Amino acid sequence: MSDTAARAPEVTGAPPGSGPTGGAWDMVKRVATTFAEQREATVFVVSVLLVIYFWRTAPDFLTKDNLVNISQITAPVAIIAIGEVFLLVCGEIDLSVGFIMGFSPFLMHYLIDFYSVPVILAIVLSLLMGLIAGWFNGFITVYLRVPSFIATLGTGFILLGLMLTTSNAYPANIPDKAQGIGHWIGTYAWTEITWAIVLVIIFQIVLSRMRWGLHTVAVGGNLLGASEAGISVAKIKLGNFMITGVFGALVGLQEAFRTNSIDPSNGGYQPMFYAIAGAVIGGTALAGGSGTIVGAFLGAFVLAVLQDGFNLVGISANPLPIIFGGAILVAMIANVQLARLRRAGRR
Amino acid sequence: MTTEPTDGQPAATPAPDGDVLRVEHIAKRFGAVTALTDINLHLGRGEVLGLLGDNGAGKSTLLKILCGFQLPDSGRILLNGEEVTFKSVDQARAAGIDVVYQDLALIDELTVYHNMFLKREMVRWPLLNNRAMRKLARQRLDKIGIGLKSVDLPVARLSGGQRQAIAVARSVYSEAKILLLDEPLAAMGAKEAAMILDLIKDLKSGGEVSIIMIAHNYGQALEVCDRINLLQHGEITFDKLSKDTSVQELNDIVIEEYRRALQERQQTA
Repeated sequence: MSDTAARAPEVTGAPPGSGPTGGAWDMVKRVATTFAEQREATVFVVSVLLVIYFWRTAPDFLTKDNLVNISQITAPVAIIAIGEVFLLVCGEIDLSVGFIMGFSPFLMHYLIDFYSVPVILAIVLSLLMGLIAGWFNGFITVYLRVPSFIATLGTGFILLGLMLTTSNAYPANIPDKAQGIGHWIGTYAWTEITWAIVLVIIFQIVLSRMRWGLHTVAVGGNLLGASEAGISVAKIKLGNFMITGVFGALVGLQEAFRTNSIDPSNGGYQPMFYAIAGAVIGGTALAGGSGTIVGAFLGAFVLAVLQDGFNLVGISANPLPIIFGGAILVAMIANVQLARLRRAGRR
Repeated sequence: MTTEPTDGQPAATPAPDGDVLRVEHIAKRFGAVTALTDINLHLGRGEVLGLLGDNGAGKSTLLKILCGFQLPDSGRILLNGEEVTFKSVDQARAAGIDVVYQDLALIDELTVYHNMFLKREMVRWPLLNNRAMRKLARQRLDKIGIGLKSVDLPVARLSGGQRQAIAVARSVYSEAKILLLDEPLAAMGAKEAAMILDLIKDLKSGGEVSIIMIAHNYGQALEVCDRINLLQHGEITFDKLSKDTSVQELNDIVIEEYRRALQERQQTA
């Protein structure tokens, strides 16, 4: 965890090599300034403080079992958040991703148990379903010009209905043949968080150091300007919906393997809302044009620590949503106001 | 505006051989609105053509067609004598046409250097080559003489004139053979405008780059352009070399147009 957190400033790309360094003190100052300018800085500090607090108040907090628990709450939210950050940055949103997540393990189960499809192929096809669902969301949004909030609301219901109809709303078992590969997808204690960390690092680089990320920011920052500059807005938006869809499907498989059951109550709106909450707390603006994957990961981590820590300390989980809600509002207000101050101050 | 054109064909100057760009009978409607009825113009190699006209006359629409951002309803575009159809900005760019839009097409959230290389990023696969882009952006802006503290600033923090200068610099250094400039001097103070006018003159003296420039300030237009075209009601109604016309003549034409519009209003009232 701290490993990824420590990477935040450098991965998110404060311009590297911006001149020779003076003494050690200068170095410290530069690192500190660079750090403070990162959107992830605040949420990083908050997550460290929370960890210290729960570690002091709940002796079990830093035990292996509990850390595994936190990691398993963090990972699915963080992975979905990757997709949502890309969408938020380019000015869209996907409400259906939790239903892609709900449907994908069922699809794998049908393919393996009813159609004798080889396990690997069934998993690939389930991920492909996520990709297609994402493409469909993008198509409705970009070409038929339905706002993504509504488009994905509709897709979400359709996917929910497909899942409930085909499964008769009954849970299913993980196909025996899939158990082996399942370890690498979600069963082992650290599997999910490993996926999450690797994907977070890769996609942070895509967002801040590659053309795809630059064009995503451009589309979200100035839609007309980006298309005038020759960027294919449709391609960027469709692509980001597809990334989100695949991640939804992946997380669905992971959660099924981890809980060792394919449950119709998995997915839904909650993972999506947590992912967006994590993204926002981590410093992504809903208005488009800016965002950070590492921040969203830390946001997801903060949410997980709060959930887990409250439980450990023995406080009722009932007031937790109040804290979540407050955190979202504070993060968002800080985001908006800081951006405003920055602009006003330096013009 | 759905007004029918009142004048006949413009008295076009004879087209010299070797026009880099010819536009023939271009028309464009947006729903009920006719933006361009019948546009004919030509651009010689190394020539700077000033495009003047009332607000809403269709100047920007014409530029957006020439740069591939919009398709015309009819008519044809000839590039070095060959008919071309641009379905995207990229296609036009590949053919050597670049544009500075009136709205500049800058992304506030991105840095100066990322804006300067937007859609033409330098890449060291698979990553962006930020170091090289930053260096080159710095060099180019210094060469033009734009005093910028840092190319790492997001363009949101720049003044209107600086933003404009960056948009112009982006196109000028695109190695395009034809530049389309939609009011490149609009948001600029006298000092910045002089800088850009110098830049255009530099390009002109190179003789390789041809420019179509939309302008509102007749004085500036006559200073830098070789020839002036006037766009009225979706047609080119006036085509003269800069040395054969004057601010006075251009003003008279526009005032005449206002007077006519006023009369029409009074008649319909």
